Amino acid sequence: MSVDGTNRRPFTRGQRTTILSGMLAFVIMLTVLQLWLLTATMNAYLGGDERVVWPAAVTSAGCFLLNAGLLRYLYFLDRERR
Amino acid sequence: METEDPRAPLDVRIDSPGREGLTGTAPATLYRRLRDSEEITLAPDGRPMDEQPAWRTEFPIDWPQDHYVERRDFMKFMVLVSLSLTIGQFWIAGQNWWRRRRGDLPLTRVASVGDVPVGGAIVFSYPGPSDDCLLVRPAAETFVAYSQKCTHLSCAVRPRASEGLIACPCHDGYFDLLSGRPVAGPPRRPLARIRLDVRGEQIYATGVEATTA
Repeated sequence: MSVDGTNRRPFTRGQRTTILSGMLAFVIMLTVLQLWLLTATMNAYLGGDERVVWPAAVTSAGCFLLNAGLLRYLYFLDRERR
Repeated sequence: METEDPRAPLDVRIDSPGREGLTGTAPATLYRRLRDSEEITLAPDGRPMDEQPAWRTEFPIDWPQDHYVERRDFMKFMVLVSLSLTIGQFWIAGQNWWRRRRGDLPLTRVASVGDVPVGGAIVFSYPGPSDDCLLVRPAAETFVAYSQKCTHLSCAVRPRASEGLIACPCHDGYFDLLSGRPVAGPPRRPLARIRLDVRGEQIYATGVEATTA
């Protein structure tokens, strides 16, 4: 029985590696987006354009929450295997 | 999944649970396969181990597990980077909040009209003592003032009133003297403009205008 209480068979290591690679690609894309967002926001802020500052901060926080959610699922996968 | 400890004492009777007909005192779980069939070590190129170089057979590494662990650690690192970028973003937002909360900048006397010759310039500090600015007089009745920090990498810019330019000597950046806009070189943003108010013979700074356009 898996950790979530169901009788689902745990993922094999090959399946977990594939899932992890997909999650990693998604995390890299989101992090690059955050990096671009930070540089663009800094440029706008130094130029006196304050309108983008808070929307950019909220968007960046959203990206981080998505990344943290994926990391949480990774821990879930590892725990399920043990 | 079986969880009993194989080292735990067993009932020696041959049909007792956990022995399943085995002789001796070894529990049946000792002979259970410890790894799944899909967890057999594979070399990175996928060829069987007897075709691999000697060093690889002598120092076998569980490559699939190695790949999994390195991806997992890299993902953890990327999420940490993501957190850092988010903190940086909120730091900018905090700075912006602080700048707005500070309100209008103080009215500060910069110089007298007679202190700046036509075609000349002086340096003054505004709004803080470490914020150097340029006051330029391109014509008798015209005064312009800018922050002296280049918008590229913060080098101190220098006026060239006869050419109608402000130049940054570090990377050959040029700004238009009357508007502060970049005209050549690496800078992409205009110089921060200092608002001036000429009252009689006195020149006052009243604020700072930083714009992207």
